[in-house]
Amino acid sequence: MATVRRIFEMDGVDCAHCAAKMEDSIRALDGVTYVNISFMAQRMTLEAEESKFDSILKKAVKLCRKVDPDCSVILK
Amino acid sequence: MRGYRLGKKQKRSIIDIALSVAFFAAVASLDGFGILLNKWFWRLGAYLVPYLVVGWRVIFRAARNIVNGQIFDENFLMCIATVGALVIGEYPEAVFVMLFYRVGELFEQIAVGKSRRSVAALMEIRPDTATVLREGEWVSMSPDKVAVGEIIFVKAGEKIPLDGEIIEGASLLNTVALTGEALPREVAVGDKVTSGCVNMSGLLKIRVSCEFGESTVSKILQLVESATDSKSKSENFITKFAKYYTPAVVICAAVLAILPPLILAPASSDVWREWVYRAMSFLVISCPCALVISVPMTFFGGIGRASADGILIKGSEYIETLADCSTVVFDKTGTLTEGRFVLDGVYTENGFSEKEILQFAASVENGSTHPVARAVCSAFDGELIPVSRSEELAGLGIRAVCDGKTVCVGNARLMADIGVSGVAETARASAAYVAVDGVFGGRIEVSDVIKPDAAKGILNLKKAGVRHTVMLTGDRWEAAESVAASLGIDELSAELLPDGKMLALEGLMVGRSANDKLAFVGDGINDAPALARADVGIAMGGIGSDAAIEAADVVIMDDKVTKISRAVELSRRTIRIVRENIAAVLFVKAAALVLGAFGITGMWFAIFADVGISVLAILNSLKIFKM
Repeated sequence: MATVRRIFEMDGVDCAHCAAKMEDSIRALDGVTYVNISFMAQRMTLEAEESKFDSILKKAVKLCRKVDPDCSVILK
Repeated sequence: MRGYRLGKKQKRSIIDIALSVAFFAAVASLDGFGILLNKWFWRLGAYLVPYLVVGWRVIFRAARNIVNGQIFDENFLMCIATVGALVIGEYPEAVFVMLFYRVGELFEQIAVGKSRRSVAALMEIRPDTATVLREGEWVSMSPDKVAVGEIIFVKAGEKIPLDGEIIEGASLLNTVALTGEALPREVAVGDKVTSGCVNMSGLLKIRVSCEFGESTVSKILQLVESATDSKSKSENFITKFAKYYTPAVVICAAVLAILPPLILAPASSDVWREWVYRAMSFLVISCPCALVISVPMTFFGGIGRASADGILIKGSEYIETLADCSTVVFDKTGTLTEGRFVLDGVYTENGFSEKEILQFAASVENGSTHPVARAVCSAFDGELIPVSRSEELAGLGIRAVCDGKTVCVGNARLMADIGVSGVAETARASAAYVAVDGVFGGRIEVSDVIKPDAAKGILNLKKAGVRHTVMLTGDRWEAAESVAASLGIDELSAELLPDGKMLALEGLMVGRSANDKLAFVGDGINDAPALARADVGIAMGGIGSDAAIEAADVVIMDDKVTKISRAVELSRRTIRIVRENIAAVLFVKAAALVLGAFGITGMWFAIFADVGISVLAILNSLKIFKM
């Protein structure tokens, strides 16, 4: 199973608690092998199955919004 | 908060807060004089103005988050607490809770923004452009578009954008952003330079030696940026704590609002009012903000502060390990010493003079890369004798014909191999032995130079609370002992073979308690297994060395021994601030909950236990930047 790891800048993550909530919900997605959100660095590191990566990323962005609607993932 | 630009969010908050305060002052003064507000609905209506001005965003967020399935959301809890206060007629309290909640939130955002910017400013080494020679013209472009082998041009005052070698010009380089070292470095044609240094005086033409993605600057930035990805035990503790704390307090508040009045006096509205008030103060305390912001911020600040001193820490967890460090193990060569030999003395026999022996040795060894040979050559400043038929005897030394004589220069084994008798050996130092036409001529003793700050570095480590220092070396006991004694090292293992270092380290690792961590300090080139095996591996002189950056948990950018104690000290202070914050926050919140439940303290203390302690904890965290 090939996995990819990518790093995304984020904006508006307000505290470590929100970051942890986002991590928990993203980790539960099928195909995610690693996720880390750093509140101070405003970064998300996401590792997931290569074939599903794009759809997982879309879901992850939505899940982050669900925790805090003011936060966004900057997609490059 | 000097130098911080407010975002849109913060500006809106300031306007909301200012308007609300103005309205509140007006309403409260009218209320205080008893004018117009003698009816409860007038009072409620009047106080609702400042309440809604400052609180509508919170109410809006709460509603939106409930739709998204966030039940124990802090916005929602603030709404319940304030609506509860309004229902039982505590109008000014309701406004205050909302007001302070917003003020606290604003303060948190500004403080977090400020500390992010401080760390970013500490790490301002990313070059924006490179001036490169393309088809005879100088063009300015992004450094990642420059290829290996191209020539770049760096003016005075500019950052060197890419690693490379100087092909024209000489200058002074400011390396402070990389190493924390304020003293500029002189460079000239032929010198290798690293990206991120600032060219202080002359014009430099540099041939690029690696792509931007592989350059020193990129590697350092990547390392620092990903440092907060790995979370420390304290950070995991507080996020776990936050997960259970809020629901627990909310459940307590619900019980507190319902159970006691039901038991005590279900018919009395005063009793109900009193217990609902106490429950509302619980909700105010239920937010874990003070911890979930200040603790990660302190670690982030600690990592940022260390990198400004040229100490790269790969993650918050290593701050914890460094702070618990009670044993520091050093590899000798290249760590405590420069890894460069200098002449100690010349010992002669059979009628040779010191100058003759040195001249023979330097002539024969001229051009050799062996560290001892280089020390001999650089110690001799006279004229060299032309040599012929020079041959290298691997692991032994060099034989050559010099002035018609066969001269052998090498170690004691070489002397034995060629059958030279009467060799005066020394065990005390490294030496080159010289034989002329089969007769022992003498030996040249050299020693490794101890770094000028090594003794101070060891002393500082002791002061920082490291109880035990150990030196491991492949050198002979006598030589190693004199180094260890002059530096104040507690324990020594010498004459170790390469794999012996690992065994010695293993021996030191066993039988320690969980709170006694061991750090290994090496130059990162041959020490990768030891760096990985120790609780925390510290590589020195990391600039440009891939092996060091890969294998170590902490990279010291320059090769100063004093940086190790600095790293330990910074980690200790970081951990102390974290512990102070955790203890103070838990204590104040617990006190507010207990005292509030018994009705001893009211809403005011609850506000302090929420916003006040959060502000104090964050201010305490900001101390890390002033070290």
